[in-house]
Amino acid sequence: MEAPDAHPTIQRDEPGAGDPTTDFEQLARDQLPRLYAIARWLVGDDAEDAVQDCLTKAFERFDQLDDPDAGPAWLARVLVNCCHDRGRRQSRRPQEVDLDDIEEFSLYRKIALEDPFPYSDTLHLDFLGGFGVEDVREVLLMLPDLYRTPLVLVHMYGYPTKDVAAVLDVPLGTVLARLHRGRKLFERRMWDYAERTGLLEVERR
Amino acid sequence: MISCSDAARQLWEYLDGAVEGAQLERLEEHLARCRRCCAELEFAEELRACLRQSADEQVPADVMDRLNATLEELTDR
Repeated sequence: MEAPDAHPTIQRDEPGAGDPTTDFEQLARDQLPRLYAIARWLVGDDAEDAVQDCLTKAFERFDQLDDPDAGPAWLARVLVNCCHDRGRRQSRRPQEVDLDDIEEFSLYRKIALEDPFPYSDTLHLDFLGGFGVEDVREVLLMLPDLYRTPLVLVHMYGYPTKDVAAVLDVPLGTVLARLHRGRKLFERRMWDYAERTGLLEVERR
Repeated sequence: MISCSDAARQLWEYLDGAVEGAQLERLEEHLARCRRCCAELEFAEELRACLRQSADEQVPADVMDRLNATLEELTDR
């Protein structure tokens, strides 16, 4: 995925370079919109509180950041931890996951099999067209953190998988395995959501 | 030739560029001959675009004001 502006670096030769407080403020200001957007996907309405937690913790620990170029990924790591702390305390309960059930699931084949829009020549695109941003958010919030976080970071915000491994403090292979299961689960929950909320019925009219 | 199920399991990874070597050869050989799996690959691309396009989000002005105020409070100490 192309995301050339995903990881802006701190320019050390700009005014204020070398002053940790100024460097932190610059990094945080640059990243605030992205941090809030990511938090919205991870903890929904608690996003603002999660970002507030993140700013406080990151400021306290800013001396632990050795490489200024790693600042955005480091901030994302602090944010993800804050989101997980909040998620553990008060998130909605994700649905139980049967990994055997999802491994063979294919949304493409499910749509073809069920044929929800029999008069359409663009069946699969019609299905996706029914999903607005809020619908996608609802589906993602049904996924356990374990799978939602790498999906959001990689497929929505363009973080390389090796950076996500650092953010989550797990080996790269673990990230790839979670992405694989997360994508399958996302497909499965999209179908469940479309059935439950009547997206398929609306399209039939 | 690998089965459609085997091919379908690898489509997202294929789009990531994460399928390599002999596995890549077998997958591309399958895709060259299977219209259904090619269509499923196109759908996987659409699904990825659906996620990517959902990422655009503006921060509400009042939220941004409060976050900036927190930042100023922290850095003014």
